[in-house]
Amino acid sequence: MADVFRKMGSMAINGIWQLGFIARFFWLILVYSGQSFTRIHLTLRELYFSGVMSLLIILVSGLFVGLVLGLQGYETLQRYGASDSLGTLVALSLVRELGPVVAGLLFASRAGSAVTAEIGLMKVTEQLKAMDMMAVSPIARVVAPRFWGGVISMPLLAALFSAMGVFGGWLIGVVVIGVDDGAFWAQMQDAVDFRYDVLNGVIKSCVFGVAVALIAVFEGYDCVPTAEGVSRAITRTVVSSALAILALDFVMTSFMFRG
Amino acid sequence: MSEPLVRLENVRFAYGERAILRGISLSIPRGKVVAIMGGSGCGKTTLLRLIGGQERAVGGRVTVDGQDVAGLGRDALYALRRRMGMLFQFGALFTDMSVFDNVAFPLREHTDLPAELINDLVMMKLHAVGLRGAAKLMPGELSGGMARRVALARTIALDPMLLMYDEPFTGLDPISLGVIGQLIRRLNDALGASSVIVTHDIQESLQIVDYIYFISEGRVVAEGTPDEIRNSADPFVSQFVHAQADGPVPFHYPAGDYATALVGGAG
Amino acid sequence: MSRTTMDLWVGVFVAMGIAALFFLALKVGSISGSDIQSPYLLSARFDNIGGLKVRAPVKVAGVLVGRVSEIRYDNERFQAEVVFTVDGRYKFPTDTFANILTSGLLGEQYLGLDPGGEEKLLAPGDVIKKTQSAVVLEKLISQFMFSKAAEGEPAPAK
Repeated sequence: MADVFRKMGSMAINGIWQLGFIARFFWLILVYSGQSFTRIHLTLRELYFSGVMSLLIILVSGLFVGLVLGLQGYETLQRYGASDSLGTLVALSLVRELGPVVAGLLFASRAGSAVTAEIGLMKVTEQLKAMDMMAVSPIARVVAPRFWGGVISMPLLAALFSAMGVFGGWLIGVVVIGVDDGAFWAQMQDAVDFRYDVLNGVIKSCVFGVAVALIAVFEGYDCVPTAEGVSRAITRTVVSSALAILALDFVMTSFMFRG
Repeated sequence: MSEPLVRLENVRFAYGERAILRGISLSIPRGKVVAIMGGSGCGKTTLLRLIGGQERAVGGRVTVDGQDVAGLGRDALYALRRRMGMLFQFGALFTDMSVFDNVAFPLREHTDLPAELINDLVMMKLHAVGLRGAAKLMPGELSGGMARRVALARTIALDPMLLMYDEPFTGLDPISLGVIGQLIRRLNDALGASSVIVTHDIQESLQIVDYIYFISEGRVVAEGTPDEIRNSADPFVSQFVHAQADGPVPFHYPAGDYATALVGGAG
Repeated sequence: MSRTTMDLWVGVFVAMGIAALFFLALKVGSISGSDIQSPYLLSARFDNIGGLKVRAPVKVAGVLVGRVSEIRYDNERFQAEVVFTVDGRYKFPTDTFANILTSGLLGEQYLGLDPGGEEKLLAPGDVIKKTQSAVVLEKLISQFMFSKAAEGEPAPAK
């Protein structure tokens, strides 16, 4: 019995240690960011790797999610004779929840894991140590640009995901099924508010961007420098990012969308 | 040449409970090449990390060019490191940059030199290691020996006063090994630098270094010039030089009595 | 991958992302919620607000002029007090009538204003006195059934 409590205790202590490490790491990134912003092409390069390289999967997934929402939404709404509200349903689900969350999950598994792998491999091959010995801070040169690349990419990707999804919903609803085009857009615009819905969705995606980018660079930087350690770190990035996104989403939703 | 460039006084180091270094004193005189030898895992690499300030000693003092490394702040430490070069075991080249960019990296990070000048400097360094023709290649396209020579070019890019080599001979064929050995000696003399080589390759080292320290179980157990080492009667040194399996360094990892373990396991 | 092509792609990516944000802001959402210019507050008291929610639209003659910003219960008058913002471009007479209406039979409820004929205009912070509560469907049905019962004949079962 005491063993169980001991195990729980050590887990709790480890968790708090880990949080402390991440917080300290986050602080270091912010401190060194100034240094890496003066060399903007480093961040632009990461924007390419985490943003542009995720573009295809985000656009295609967004389209499919929109198509499914259109089909399922129509199926349900027409039972109540409310198929004109299809646009509202598609847009609200995407802008408030699915856009930031699904784009965040895809981003974590596409770009987050890649960042962890890259930094982890640099650690395994002693590139980070070598850089440090050359009096170049690896946090400023390697970590901070990747962090900011992720933070900037994420809201743009989430917006593209939502826009693509709305387009998919429109394609199914208006073009295929034949919901009235005017009603589709008018009802949507009536129900979706810029500040309340769109802006809150953007804030969510920014928070997810910080969370995923921080987890990805931290796991890479903190990994055990062996092949096995890197593969474990990649798994941890995807799992922790997914958990962080869903938990943060719940917290933010409960603050943003009350009554 | 009065004051040695690097001096370690009674340095102790431990990872948690596990003691790695138990009081090491040695010095690296200016202009000399010094080898630090010992079996695998005896803390040789840790020694380099202490000199470079990547680890802090638990006790004792590490001074480089008169400065106490452990007492330096971040900026002072980075300023000191610009005058040091370290060659890592497998080169540690940046895999996402070409050979040219790798060698140019320290120059671009630490100087504001115009591109033409950087180009000339990089070509000079690459020429010194005989790889001017490989400037456009990526690190993945190089052999192990070539990668290490490129890393060497990168290490000397800022003309350091102290060169540190972490196992520079590991995993090389005899030709590349000889090339690296000669380069270490030649570059040291050409740059007027001092060098530390951490290695367990005794034959190669005996040919190029000025002085050798033997480390075992966290202590300096023997030292001397190559000639003294060759003729040493010290049992540890002769085990090392003649590569005997058993001797002062035991073949068996410390364990309980073998017979007891076998019999006791049954009962 | 040369530096210029990379820069080009990043530029395209950022432009696409910003375009998507604009699309969401202008085409998907109506910016109207925050587009209310120089808004001012009015309030109205109701016996029953039905299902009216914060942020419900405020309409005059079917045109959106503002949104409900706060709903509270006045414990002295035993009434609900609805505070709403109105676009500063629109002014209403003091005898304006406030109704809680439903869009469609089962749609969401909104606040409808019926301007009266008075010359004096409502100032910011004023309270609209003439109000009509929400129509509660259950009440309506039971009233209908009672009145039928009072007429002495049972409600016809279909």
